[in-house]
Amino acid sequence: MSAFSVTEPSKRAKGVAATLVIFYAIVTMIPLAWIFITGFKSPADAIAYPPKVVFQPTLEGYVNLFTTRTRQTQEFLDANPPENWAEEIVRQYDMVIVGPSKFGERFLNSVIIGFGSTFLSVFLGTLAAYAFSRFKIPLADDLLFFILSTRMMPPIAVAIPIFLMYRELGLSDTHLGMILLYTAVNISLAVWLLKGFIDEIPREYEEAALIDGYTRFQAFYKVVLPQAATGIASTAIFCLIFAWNEYAFAVLLTSATAQTAPPFIPTIIGIGGLDWPAVAAGATLFLLPVMIFTILLRRHLLRGITFGAVRK
Amino acid sequence: MTQTTMDRAAKATPVRVARRIRGLSDRAIAWIFVAPTIFLLLAINIFPLIWTIRLSFTNYKANRAGREIKEIGLRNYERILTDSDIWLNMQATAHFLVWTIVLQVLIGFTLAWLINRKFKGNDLWTTIIVLPMMLSPAVVGNFWKFLYQPQIGLFNYIVAFFTGREPSSFEMLGSVELAPWAIVIVDTWMWTPFVMLICLAGLRSIPDYIYEAAEIDRASPIRQFFTITIPMVLPFLMLAVLFRGIENFKMFDLVVQLTGGGPGSTTELTSINLKREAFEKWRTGYASAYAIILFVTVFGLASIYVKALNRVKER
Amino acid sequence: MKLKSLLAASALSVAAFASTNAAQAEELTLCWAAWDPANALVELSKEFEAQSGHKMNFEFVPWPNFADRMLNELNSGGKLCDLLIGDSQWIGGGAENGHYVKLNDFFDKEGISMDDFAPATVYAYSTWPKGTPNYYALPAMGDANGWFYRKDWFAREDIRAAYKEATGKELGEPKSQKELMEIAKFFQGREIDGKTVYGASIFTERGSEGITMGVTSALYPWGFKYENTPGKYDMEGAVNSPEAVEALEFYKELYQCCTPPGYTNSYMGESLDAFKSGQVAMAMNWFAFFPGLYADPNTGGDKIDFFVNPPQNQAGSTLGGQGISVVSYSDKQDAALEYIKWFAQPSVQAKWWELGGYSAHNSVLNDPGFKDSQPFAGDFLEAMAGVQDFWQEPAYAELLLAMQKRVHDYVVADQGTAKEALDKLIEDWTEVFEDEGKL
Repeated sequence: MSAFSVTEPSKRAKGVAATLVIFYAIVTMIPLAWIFITGFKSPADAIAYPPKVVFQPTLEGYVNLFTTRTRQTQEFLDANPPENWAEEIVRQYDMVIVGPSKFGERFLNSVIIGFGSTFLSVFLGTLAAYAFSRFKIPLADDLLFFILSTRMMPPIAVAIPIFLMYRELGLSDTHLGMILLYTAVNISLAVWLLKGFIDEIPREYEEAALIDGYTRFQAFYKVVLPQAATGIASTAIFCLIFAWNEYAFAVLLTSATAQTAPPFIPTIIGIGGLDWPAVAAGATLFLLPVMIFTILLRRHLLRGITFGAVRK
Repeated sequence: MTQTTMDRAAKATPVRVARRIRGLSDRAIAWIFVAPTIFLLLAINIFPLIWTIRLSFTNYKANRAGREIKEIGLRNYERILTDSDIWLNMQATAHFLVWTIVLQVLIGFTLAWLINRKFKGNDLWTTIIVLPMMLSPAVVGNFWKFLYQPQIGLFNYIVAFFTGREPSSFEMLGSVELAPWAIVIVDTWMWTPFVMLICLAGLRSIPDYIYEAAEIDRASPIRQFFTITIPMVLPFLMLAVLFRGIENFKMFDLVVQLTGGGPGSTTELTSINLKREAFEKWRTGYASAYAIILFVTVFGLASIYVKALNRVKER
Repeated sequence: MKLKSLLAASALSVAAFASTNAAQAEELTLCWAAWDPANALVELSKEFEAQSGHKMNFEFVPWPNFADRMLNELNSGGKLCDLLIGDSQWIGGGAENGHYVKLNDFFDKEGISMDDFAPATVYAYSTWPKGTPNYYALPAMGDANGWFYRKDWFAREDIRAAYKEATGKELGEPKSQKELMEIAKFFQGREIDGKTVYGASIFTERGSEGITMGVTSALYPWGFKYENTPGKYDMEGAVNSPEAVEALEFYKELYQCCTPPGYTNSYMGESLDAFKSGQVAMAMNWFAFFPGLYADPNTGGDKIDFFVNPPQNQAGSTLGGQGISVVSYSDKQDAALEYIKWFAQPSVQAKWWELGGYSAHNSVLNDPGFKDSQPFAGDFLEAMAGVQDFWQEPAYAELLLAMQKRVHDYVVADQGTAKEALDKLIEDWTEVFEDEGKL
């Protein structure tokens, strides 16, 4: 039994651990892989039973995702031969493409609102975090806790007064309204994370700059900000992911103008029943950016998800 | 109250001079930097919260412009707390909360413990495992609905493959017995990596020399596990539970996409119920009282928990 | 208050500005549900665009989210929709909360008479308070819940023989609710062309209105009434009458005996899916889908036929359908009214029916050729003669959600008895009407 050691695991212990972890990782990826491949199935293959793993891939799901189609008479179809590959796919069902779908717009809304609120929360968050980190602010701890506690409210509960307020102010279903709201939600994360990052930058750097005749603001701008760049970038990505994924506020407070992708994707339907390949195609396009960001972020992941409470 | 040297220095220096020397005083900068954040939070969090409290004592309905708004005192609170259906929603929420946390802690800790064997490529696999938790719960939840379809769904088919049952013989989302577990499974799939990451940080924070000392003392691996590993990781684990607890108490998007609260009201978590009251029935006053009750509950539970957490940390 | 008046003032100035440009082309947005008839309406509206010079935009929301999205839009005073084809039950709220423009003056001025439309549709889609000559919509789309079945299966000799052996009757369109269940039971689990098929797909959806629309299709034929005396809200003995209890038990049995696995939360889309994928012998759905079903290359044509919701103690169908209203928050009301004026013309109504929309105009319905124009046209007339609707009260959403909960708890989640479910429903509804000051 002397073989056991936590600090120096034996080869066999490593092997067993690796096998189990890899097994879990593969199992956990199955649903995501299934989303990905369903996007390339035809609707008939998608609902075949038993589920098909081998199938003829098609871009039908993606075509359906980006277009609206309508059924046409045989005469019309005969008179107008398909002009491109997408048309050809649609023709199998005696349909023609009549225009783009709303998916593009919704996706763009997600981008606008996501980046807008991220910029704003990181901008405000950096300022506040710097102040909390460097200056004595009366009741700082209480303020910081107050900032955090706003995250404890169920979004639906917050949405009730916001709905009423936005209705009065004309902010319902506007990009600005959603950007402000997501900023308010994200700012707690931004302040807490950035305070941690800025705390780690030695004060001596600024003090040296101040002695060199920099103003406090210049010191912040020219010394602290460059040092905090990585922290700011990863905070930004966390804010972006939150805004990107958010559903509850979006479903309650947006409609046609500012609706983002998460409330929209589940409602992608074809004529008669849910069009699963199109839903899967939309989900794939929507989830992919986040996966890429996650991989980029992996070193700061833990810090982000715990509001900076765990730093390693 | 607490006057710092800086403050005193700032006060002692005439403002104009200070500005010439440093642009703005530190104090002014501090406030200029903090003010926008505070203002935003006041406008979008605190003011609405006060408004909610105010509304919770009325019979206001946001969809009825012309209706007279009456003060009805504590009537909304009384109605909610005596409504047996709402207690059922609370039970459903508790079931969801308890089981997701239990499963995520068990699986998450085990995974972290295994990854801490430092086998080759553990970073890569950790990143892969983490992916689900970063994704949009609404979009993913919607797709899980497809995986759970009897006959055509992959989940039923895989279970059938291993148990020999008919894939269409059980309905994960449609049966009263299984639906509460269906939502627990998806949440566990999504959020186990979260607990895992935090546990991993905890495990990695344990200095090697402690184990080495234990080995010299010939402490058995089991003893090492219970006297070193568990106590050292506990604060981290408790933090993970706090985060998961708060998040799942608020749970809306994932479950609304999966079951919409059904069958019947078996998986109607409080947030889903609240959404129905507030934005489908439009009983704004009533829903406001409901929201306050939920907020007080989560805030109260979290405060008690944080006290316990601090006690563990101090040990 | 200041802010409000400021907003109002600026809105007024915008309106004034808009009215000076009234002759100019506007962009109108019409909101409706995303379904087959909506595509037909897009096609139809091209004519309006060509004639008026206005441009039509459309916002179509899938049914499960339609009520949520649109009522939210109206309640937040949104300007998204200039025209709204809103569900029949919204009319009370639309009128009382000032979401819809009252159309009486407009009708008088333009010579549009409600007598030209089928009385049942005018009553259901246009009037508030019910039955009074106060119009908030023009009947746009008649609809009721009906049934369709696999005509090819019903015609097969082997199946017919097996049915005769099992029941002693000829297989055909059911003449009563109970016969419908008998047929469904017969098909449930049967092998047809090497595939297991099921009896019927019915509405069981929890989230919006699905199961209520399904259950009422059983309740009405059993003689269900919402009140003992209309307008008195006296529900005890009506809502939970022995007939109502029997009908609800019937629906639960139908759900348990004869639906395909996994159809525990199904509404229009799922019902269509079940039928089109060849899983079920019969399915319930709105008449609105019938043109699309008939045109379906796989299960349409001579493989499908349609029947009216079968009677039991009496004839009765659940009403669907919508009227078209002008949203009072719109800045382009004049152009929107122009659209309604255009839409009300008999020639446009005739084309509407041709394209797959269900016109409610008498000139279309009373046309001698109407009955034979489509295989479901006659059924449609029959169904519309016996329709009933859910509450149309301004508090309809509260009433509906209560019913969704109570019947889903009973039918799908298998909790309590039918009598208990209906008793609880009366309690819920009583509470709502008390809040409303109507009881």
